[in-house]
Amino acid sequence: MADLVSHPDEVRVVSKRFGKGATNIDRYIELDGYKAVRKALTMEPDAIINEVKNSGLRGRGGAGFSTGLKWSFVPKQASKPKYILCNGDESEPGTCKDRLIFEHDPHAVIEGVMIAALAVGATKGYIYIRGEYRYLSEIMQKAIADVYAKGFAGKNIFGSGKDLDIYWHGGAGAYEVGEESALMESLEGKRGIPRIRPPFPAVVGLWGGPTVINNAETLASVPHILLGGAEWYANLGPPKNGGTRLFCLAGDLEKPGVYELPMGYNLKKMIYEVGGGIPNGRKLKAVVPGGSSTPILLPEEIDVAMDFDSVAKTGSMLGSGGVVVLDDTVCMVKFALRTIKFYQHESCGWCIPCREGTDWLKKTLIRFHNGAGLKKDIDNMYYLSENMLGRTFCPLGDAAAMPMMAFVKKFRKEFEDHLDGKPCPYEKASEEINRELAVL
Amino acid sequence: MRFSDQFEKRFAEMLTHYPTKRSVLVPTLLYAQDEAGFLSDEVIAEIAQRLELTELDVNNVISYYSMLTTKPRGKYNVQVCTNIACMLRGGEELLEQCKDRLGIGHKGTTSDGLFSLEEVECIGACSWAPAIQVNYDFHENLDERKMDAVLDSYRKKAI
Amino acid sequence: MADAPKLVNLTVDGKKLTAPAGSLLIDACKNVGIEVPSFCYYPNLSLQGACRMCLVRVEKMPKLQTACTTVVAEGMVVATDNEEIKQARKAMVELLLGNHPLDCPVCDAGGECELQDMTFSYGAAESKYMEPKNHKDEQQWSPVVFFDRPRCILCYRCVRVCGEGMDVWALGVQNRGVSSIIAPNKEDHLECEECGMCIDICPVGALTSGAYRYKTRPWEMNHVGTTCAHCADGCKTTLGVRRADEGMEIVRGDNRDKSGINNDFLCMKGRYAFDFANHEDRLTQPLIRKNGKLTPSTWEEAFELVGKKLNEVRMRDGGSAIGVIGSTHTTNEENYLLQKFARAVLESNNIDHHRTADFPALAAVLSGKQEITASMRDVYNAPAILLIGNDPTEQHPLLAWQIRNNVRLHGAKLHIINSEPIKLRRQATSFTQIPVGAELNAASFLAGDDSALNAITASASRENWAALRNQLRNTENLVIIFGSEIRGAAVTAVTHLASSISGAKVIALADYANSRGASDMGLYPDLLPGYHPAAKSGLTLPQMAENAKSGKLKALYVVGSNPLARFHLDSQIFAGTFVVVQDMFLTETATIADVVLPAANLYEKTGTITNTCGDVQIVKKASEVNGPKSDFEMIVRIADAMGYDVRNLVPFGRGETADMGQSRGAQSGEADRHAVWLQANNLEPKLSPFDPMAIFDEIQRLVPGYRVSRLNLLSGNDEHTQLSQSGPGAKHDPALIVPAHDNLFSSGTLGRYSRALNSVMENRNPQPAEVAAD
Ligand SMILES: Cc1cc2nc3c(=O)[nH]c(=O)nc-3n(C[C@H](O)[C@H](O)[C@H](O)COP(=O)(O)O)c2cc1C
Ligand code: SF4
Ligand code: FES
Repeated sequence: MADLVSHPDEVRVVSKRFGKGATNIDRYIELDGYKAVRKALTMEPDAIINEVKNSGLRGRGGAGFSTGLKWSFVPKQASKPKYILCNGDESEPGTCKDRLIFEHDPHAVIEGVMIAALAVGATKGYIYIRGEYRYLSEIMQKAIADVYAKGFAGKNIFGSGKDLDIYWHGGAGAYEVGEESALMESLEGKRGIPRIRPPFPAVVGLWGGPTVINNAETLASVPHILLGGAEWYANLGPPKNGGTRLFCLAGDLEKPGVYELPMGYNLKKMIYEVGGGIPNGRKLKAVVPGGSSTPILLPEEIDVAMDFDSVAKTGSMLGSGGVVVLDDTVCMVKFALRTIKFYQHESCGWCIPCREGTDWLKKTLIRFHNGAGLKKDIDNMYYLSENMLGRTFCPLGDAAAMPMMAFVKKFRKEFEDHLDGKPCPYEKASEEINRELAVL
Repeated sequence: MRFSDQFEKRFAEMLTHYPTKRSVLVPTLLYAQDEAGFLSDEVIAEIAQRLELTELDVNNVISYYSMLTTKPRGKYNVQVCTNIACMLRGGEELLEQCKDRLGIGHKGTTSDGLFSLEEVECIGACSWAPAIQVNYDFHENLDERKMDAVLDSYRKKAI
Repeated sequence: MADAPKLVNLTVDGKKLTAPAGSLLIDACKNVGIEVPSFCYYPNLSLQGACRMCLVRVEKMPKLQTACTTVVAEGMVVATDNEEIKQARKAMVELLLGNHPLDCPVCDAGGECELQDMTFSYGAAESKYMEPKNHKDEQQWSPVVFFDRPRCILCYRCVRVCGEGMDVWALGVQNRGVSSIIAPNKEDHLECEECGMCIDICPVGALTSGAYRYKTRPWEMNHVGTTCAHCADGCKTTLGVRRADEGMEIVRGDNRDKSGINNDFLCMKGRYAFDFANHEDRLTQPLIRKNGKLTPSTWEEAFELVGKKLNEVRMRDGGSAIGVIGSTHTTNEENYLLQKFARAVLESNNIDHHRTADFPALAAVLSGKQEITASMRDVYNAPAILLIGNDPTEQHPLLAWQIRNNVRLHGAKLHIINSEPIKLRRQATSFTQIPVGAELNAASFLAGDDSALNAITASASRENWAALRNQLRNTENLVIIFGSEIRGAAVTAVTHLASSISGAKVIALADYANSRGASDMGLYPDLLPGYHPAAKSGLTLPQMAENAKSGKLKALYVVGSNPLARFHLDSQIFAGTFVVVQDMFLTETATIADVVLPAANLYEKTGTITNTCGDVQIVKKASEVNGPKSDFEMIVRIADAMGYDVRNLVPFGRGETADMGQSRGAQSGEADRHAVWLQANNLEPKLSPFDPMAIFDEIQRLVPGYRVSRLNLLSGNDEHTQLSQSGPGAKHDPALIVPAHDNLFSSGTLGRYSRALNSVMENRNPQPAEVAAD
C-alpha cells in the first residue's frame, strides 16, 4: 500500500476520500458517494454531457482531450451496444496516480463509469486494470460485487428502470495496451496492436459498438463535477483547463508523493515547495513534466503553469501527471538510454518506424554511453527521431521520438562529452549495467 | 488439466461478462499462470480448446504480454523496476544487489527454485521509488537494508 | 442492385480525378497511374497501415496519412510526391535496411524484391547504422516452406493470405517490438495446406520455396505462362524454366501474372508439383517387347511396328477388335485427334477414358438451354452458391478459393449439402449433412419431389429442408456446383432445380486437368465430339477389358492413361492383345505393353485444355526433355505408318493465305508482331502436320460450344464454352464414373512422380489406416 502525503496547497477533489476507508461501499455512501449518479439519473443525457463539457474537464490519460466533447461524439442511435471503457492500464513511467484512486476510492471510478454510461446510453462498462495491479483488481472486484448487491448495477439500477452492467478486466503487462485502441484489442483477448483510425472508438469500438474510453482519474472526477457543478470545477483551474490533477512527484525530491493540485499550479513551486526541493544540496538539472513521453524541461523553463496549454507552449506536454525531477548528478545520456529502452521494450512492433526506430536508438545509445559513440551518431539519433515523429501507427512512436529530440537538442554538449571513448563524465560508466541493458 | 475451484468459478463468471469468448483470454492466462507457475503446452492447449482458439493464436497473445511466461519461474519472482523514477533513486543498485544476493541475472532462477529475478519497466510506484514487486506484492521506498530484509522475509516464508 | 457506384472528385498531385466513393486512396491513385509505394497493403486482404510507406499529404490533416487506409472523399486534395513524402519513405526504407541482411546476391528474391525496388527508388542505400544486425538462422517450416527471419519486414501479408485467403490460419505474429516474428502454427514447423501462397505474397525473400531456393536467379529463367497440369480447375501458372542437361527444366511455378481465372491463387500442386516433368524415371526412348522384355528401339522401328500391327488387326479382325483409351491429361487437340484416329483410321468406336464426372448426362439435360453452365470466374461473383457433394478444399483448391473469397469479400451465401463435414462449411450459411449416397434424394427433393426426403431425414429437419429449398428457389443467379456423387438421374434433378431459378447456373466437378476436354472431344464409344451421338456405339473401357479377357480384343492403344492400376485390371487378360502405350513413365499398364512410346506432358507442348467448368485455356510449351514426343505427333506418325493420308487427319497446308509482311528490312519483324493476330483470325497457313492449331480450327467448327474468341484465347485468357450449345449427349451407366479421390497432395500418376508431393506426404507421417472393426 502506497503512502499518502499532503501539502497545504492541495485542493482535494479526487483525493477527497483517500485514507478514509471509502473502499467500503457504506462508507463511500456516507462520504457523498452515489449521489452524483442519482442526480444523473434525473438528467437528460445531453444535460450531463453539457455539464461535463462546461466543467473544462480534459482527459487525464495524457492527451487532454475534452471529456464532454468526446462523449458527444457517440451516436445517439446505434445498431450495436455501446460501452464505457475505463483505462486503468497506467504504465507511463512517472505515473502512479490511478493506482491510488483504485486503492482508496474504487467506487468513484465505478460511479464515473455509470454517469458516462447514462450520458451516452451505454449499458455496459468495463474497468481495465493493468495486470501488475493485482491487489487493485481484487479491491475493484469486491467494490463491483457490493454495487450489484445494493442494486446499483445490473437490472433496473437505483430502481430507475435502466440496466447497466459493470465489469472489471485485468491486463498482463504491456504499456502499449494503455493506448485506447490497443486497449480494446486487449480486452477482446488479442495482442495489443492498435486499430486503424478512423473509425474512432466513439463510433466503432469494443466489438464494433460505440465506446467511450476514459482514464480512471478522468472518470473519478466526473461525480464531483455533477455534484459541485461545472462552474465550480472549471474555476478550480485556468480557462479551458478545469479542475485539479493528481501530480505524481518523483525522482530527486525531498518529498516525493502524489499531490492533488489545481490545474495551472506553477511547476517550480511544485518542485520546491510541494516536493520539498532537491535533496542533498544538489542542484536541479531538468524536469520531465508529465511522464516519460513528455519532452524534458531545463531549469529555466520550469516557471510554467501546469495546465495543458501552458506546458504545450514550452514545447513539452502536461501528459499524464508524472513529474520526474533530475538533479545535477544525472547523466543525460544514461537517462535518455533508460527512457528509450522503455519504448523499445514496449513498442508493439506493428509499424516500421517505431519498431525499428526505437531499437536503433537504443542500440546507438548503449554504444554511446559506453564511450564508443561517434559525432555523427548525435545527428543520426535526432534524424531518426525526426523521421519517426508523426509517422508511426500510434502515438507510442511519437512518445519515444519527442523526448529523444529534446534530449539531443537540450543536452547536446553532454552527448558530445561522451565522445572519443571518454568515460561517462557524470558517473563511473557502469559497463556491467550497460551490458545487461543490451540483452534485454 | 485441473485448475482450482476458484479459477473455475472465476472463469465461468468471466465468460458471462463479454459478448465473445476470447475476451476472457488475457486475464484467464494470468490466473492460469498463477496456479501452474507458467503456461505449459498443456495449459495452453486447454485454454485454446475452451475458448475455441488455435494454440497458435493463444501463443501469439502470450508472447505479447510481458507478465506471461511459458517457462517455469521461481516461487517468488522478484521484479525490480529500473525505469526513470526508480533509476534516479537507486533502482539499478537494487537490481545489482539482488543479482549479488541471489546469484542470478535478469530472468534467472535460483537453483532451489525459490527466486527468479527480473528487471522490469515502470510498475506504477514512481512516487515511492525505488520499488520492486515480488509476485504481486509491492515493496517500496527501498534501500539496501530494506531490500535484504524483503528477500529474507520471503526466504523465511518458504520454510 | 447493381447501381453504378457513386463517384467522388479529388485532386492528386494537381491532377483531377474521380474514384468510386468508399474506395481507398492508394487504389484511386494506382488507377490513374500514380504509384504510391506500399509493403503491407495488398488488395483484398485486411488493411494494416503498418509499413508506413504509403504516407501522403492530405490537405487539412496535421500529419502525413497512409493512403492505404484513407478513404477518398469529395474535394480531397492530396500530394504524393513532394520532398517531405520522399524523405518519409526514404527514412522508412533506411529503418528497414538497418536490420535487413543485405544478402541480395544470394537471396531468392533478388531481382524481384519489393524492398530492393523501393531502395532503388528512394536512394536509401547508404547505411546510417553501425550496430550489429539482429540475426536468426534460417528455418525450414515444411518440405516446401523456408523462413529466413532477418529478411522479414513484417508486412503481415503471409499471415493474412493464409488466414483470410486460405482459411488455414497457420501463421501468426509472436513477441512484440523488434522481437516480433512470424511464427508457424506448430512451434517450429507448419501444419497447413502447403499452398505456398505465403511465399508468393512475400515482398522480400523471407519466405522461400523448398522447390526453388538457391536454384537460379529470376533473370536467368524464361517465364512461360501456361495452365496447370493437375486438377480440373485450370489455374493459370507462370513456369520459370532454365536450360538443363536434358533439355529445359522447370524450376518454379507461380502466378506473377495475375490475369488468370485464379488471380493470386495456386495450390501446392500448381506451385511445386511440376517436378514430375524432370523425374529421372522419365521414358526417353521407345521400348519394344523383344523376347518378352521391353527393349529400347528407334522411333522409326517403333512406329513401323505399331502401324503394321494395328493395320494387321484392322484388316484381319476389323476395327471392332481394336480398343483405344484416351487421356484426361492431353490437350483437346490430341483428344480430338485421337478419337478421329480411332474412328477414321482404326475404324473403331471402341474409345473411352477414365470418367470422373457425368458430363454426358449434363449435356443431355442442358441441350438447347442457353447459358446455364457457370465459369470459374462466376464462382467468385455469384451471390449464392449451392455445393452438393465433393470436398473442394482437397479436390478443387481453386474452386474452394473462389467460394471462400466470394463469401468473404462479397458476402455470398454458401449452402452445402454433403455427407462429410467438409472444411468449407466454415464459410457456409447453411450446412446440411446427409447420409453417404443420399445425394440423389437431396437433389430430387430440391427439384420438387417431396417424397425423396423420406429416406434421408427425420421429420424434425424436414422444415429445414423445405426452408432451404424455398430459399434456393428465390435466389437469383445461384450457382450450383456438384461432385461426382451427382450423376445420372441426379444430374437431371439438379438441372431442373437450376432451370427453375432465374439466372441459375451449374458446374459439374471432374477430377483431372483435361477431364472436361476429354469428354467434350468425344472420347466415348457412343458420343462424337460435342456430345453428338455416334451412329454406332463401340465398347466402353470395362467392355474392352472383358473382350480382352475373352480374346476378342486384339489390340489396345492407350494414350496417357493407366487403366490397369486405375480399374484394378488383371494384367493377364491382355496376354493375347497387342498393347501400345504412350506415357511419360513405365506405369503398370506400360509394363505389360508390347510397345511403349515416351510422351511429352502438358508443360512440354502447345494446345488447349478445358477445365471442369468448361473454361478453355491454352497450354504453352515451357519445358523439354530430350526424347519424348507429343501425343499429337505420335498419333499422326502412327496413322502415317498405317499408310493413312495424314492430310485427312490433320488439315495442314490449308488455311487461308496471309500477308506475311516484309521479311527483310525495317519492317521485318512485322510477321512476328502480328503472329498472334494472324493465328487468331485463322489466317496463318498450317505448315506442319503436327500443328495443333490445324485441329483446333476443326474443333471450333464441329464442337459448337467451342466457337469462342481465338484472339482472346491465344492471348492467354480463358474462354467459357457452353455445354448447352453442344449435342444432346446420351444416357450412360453412371457406374462408369470412377472418382479419383485425389487430395491436396496426390495427383494420380503425376503425383507419384512428384518429389515435392511425396516429401509432403512423407512429412505428414500418415496415421495408420483405420481398420474396420468387423
Ligand atoms: C502508448 C500509449 C499509452 C497510453 N497509456 C495510457 C494509460 O496507461 N492510461 C491512460 O489512461 N491513457 C493512456 N493513454 C492514452 C489513451 O490512449 C487515451 O487517450 C486515454 O485513455 C483517454 O482517456 P482520457 O481522455 O480520459 O485521458 C496512452 C496512450 C498511448 C499512445
Ligand atoms: S507506433 Fe507502431 S510499433 Fe509503436 S506501438 Fe504504435 S503501432 Fe506499435
Ligand atoms: S501500405 Fe499503407 S501502411 Fe503499408
